[in-house]
Amino acid sequence: MAVLLILIPLLAAALAVFIKVPAIRVRVLPVTALLHLGLLLVVLRGWRDLPQGAWLGLDALGGWVLLVISVLFTICALYAPSYLALRPDRDHRVFTVCLLAFLGLASLLCLARHPGVAWVALETMTLTTAPLIYFNHNRHSVEATWKYLVLGSVGIALALLGTLFVAYAAHMGSLEEPLHYTRLMAEGERLSRPWLRAGFVLTLVGYGTKMGLAPLHSWKPDAYGETPGIVGALLAGGVTSCAFLALLRIYGVVSAAGEGAFARELFLGFGILSMAWALVFMVGQVDFKRLLAYSSVEHMGILVFGIGIGGLAARFALFHLAANALVKSVLFLSAGNIHRSYASKQLPQVTGAIRRTPVSAGLFFLGFLAITGLPPFAPFISEFNIASAALTLGHPILGTLFLLLLGGIFLTMSDTVMQVVFGVPSPQRVRTPYKDTFATTAPLVVAMVLALGLGLHLPAPLRAMLEAASLTIEGGPPARSGMVAEAPRDPAPTEVRP
Amino acid sequence: MSPDFLIALTMLTNFTLVATSRVNKAIQLAVFQGILMGLIPLAMGLGKHLHILLLALVAIALKGGFIPYLFRRALRQVKIRREVDPYVGYTVSLMLCAAGTGLSLVLAHALPLKAGTTPTFLVPAALATLFTGFLLLVSRRTALTQVVGYLVLENGIYLFGLLLVEEMPVLVETGILLDLFVGVFVMGIVINHIHMAFDSTDTGFLAELKD
Repeated sequence: MAVLLILIPLLAAALAVFIKVPAIRVRVLPVTALLHLGLLLVVLRGWRDLPQGAWLGLDALGGWVLLVISVLFTICALYAPSYLALRPDRDHRVFTVCLLAFLGLASLLCLARHPGVAWVALETMTLTTAPLIYFNHNRHSVEATWKYLVLGSVGIALALLGTLFVAYAAHMGSLEEPLHYTRLMAEGERLSRPWLRAGFVLTLVGYGTKMGLAPLHSWKPDAYGETPGIVGALLAGGVTSCAFLALLRIYGVVSAAGEGAFARELFLGFGILSMAWALVFMVGQVDFKRLLAYSSVEHMGILVFGIGIGGLAARFALFHLAANALVKSVLFLSAGNIHRSYASKQLPQVTGAIRRTPVSAGLFFLGFLAITGLPPFAPFISEFNIASAALTLGHPILGTLFLLLLGGIFLTMSDTVMQVVFGVPSPQRVRTPYKDTFATTAPLVVAMVLALGLGLHLPAPLRAMLEAASLTIEGGPPARSGMVAEAPRDPAPTEVRP
Repeated sequence: MSPDFLIALTMLTNFTLVATSRVNKAIQLAVFQGILMGLIPLAMGLGKHLHILLLALVAIALKGGFIPYLFRRALRQVKIRREVDPYVGYTVSLMLCAAGTGLSLVLAHALPLKAGTTPTFLVPAALATLFTGFLLLVSRRTALTQVVGYLVLENGIYLFGLLLVEEMPVLVETGILLDLFVGVFVMGIVINHIHMAFDSTDTGFLAELKD
């Protein structure tokens, strides 16, 4: 049944190749997305009883990430028909097919129980997303696509070498195929330490390039800046989450082998560096899509920072994955609307958008407030908890630095965002026929409401899944992982079994 | 032929690659190295496994046949003969390559091998080749030479994969072949588009996007 999660989007992609009528072809997107989401909700009920030797199956961690991606994809797919209607000159067939293939490959990655399968999924995903970045077929987009392909391929090649190193670590401990994650984690003591450490460093650099951690992020501002907002949203919330998941799986093996402390130090370093780097490049950023790209670098930094702190912070890093994906979809899609309306994405031309596109600009502003950590939106919950975990779990300096960077990013980002949304309209502005409509704004409202809802209340089944997922990444069963004590308000839902 | 000889030849090719300025010579060297990649598992006596024999043959066919064909087609279209004005000069590249090879030997020394592994040179050669590919990728301007860099980087991973290919054939073989084939294929398509957009494949033109 779970395999259908992979097959449905891939079959839909194959179908979309042959549909000749554009109006019908584009409807395949929302239909597939809703079907996928519905099926996922059914399959997710069984995340607790995943068979040991399965090659494909959803556990708590994979289920959580796929749920985030499926919701994000549904929002984008509902937005897509109205967006493509605005771009009749472009190749819709390739666009639709690549989007659907992306969903299928994301499902494959989340279901993969073997590092090799996960790697294949991510590699293929890199290639299917390249045509999406090239959507506009101009000089800038070919440049962005080339950088994305070259850097992404090098990253993914390093990740392959890292995966082979981990396999060699197992081979040294006389552990042979099939090297499923569960098996690697259960037999963690037998893995050869030097190979495991070297393998982790390579996968961190490799998958870190795909996530866009500084200093390996240089493809990101170009790619996000030149693609349609809808692709930006999927890259920032989907592809990066996939790379993060692949990295977390290897981290789970490393922590199960007792080398977690080594890995966490690297995570902390990359996390702080990414946030600081993003802050520097946000200062005086006139291009609001590139601004969002640097915000994505920052939030990838927050994710790995949370994992590096560990314990409670790791769980909230996983929560942040959902918060970031939802709010980024609002930001990128509304930025895309503003871009359509002004035929520009740069500051002197685009100011005072609240008058021309009140709904999109309002959502862009709300998204900005949410992503920078204003309560009661979801990112506030995760950022606050990661910071407080850092301060209480023995990282007072890093915790303070984390808060300072968040504050600095709020200030620098607000500079550009305030001008875009509330500034005095520029005399150089261009008139375009674009107007906010129900179809181009309603999906964004849904995403915003979800981000708000997630900030106010996390449903019990999701909470249980998150807790189990954070145990997985820290090395498996609670006895071995050295988890910190639960906050008292949690009624220990990991013990609940259906 | 002993595998050690072929591995040493691979490492020598690395040095020649970073020192050459002519694009088609770089391509020839990459093809030569690719064919070495196909021969090494046979020299290691792994040809007795049918699947490794197949891997070697596919590697030779791809790296010695299909990829040069793609390159020749691209070269005819873009009419570039020489790598002009690389980001890092040839002498410096050569010294960096030597330093990288030395570093690979040190690194490989820190990684213990399973008892009974025959060509002990495999790990340092893999790391050195990986480093050379990386160097070519970041220091050259034409898209074609960058793809050559990517191929060399792939060869490094392939060499390491040979350590594991007997025990974990599926992981190694699918990984390497997928990465190589699809990566180069898609890059070839994009090079075509770069050529159409800029009338050149100098990626130095691809510098309009920056902060």
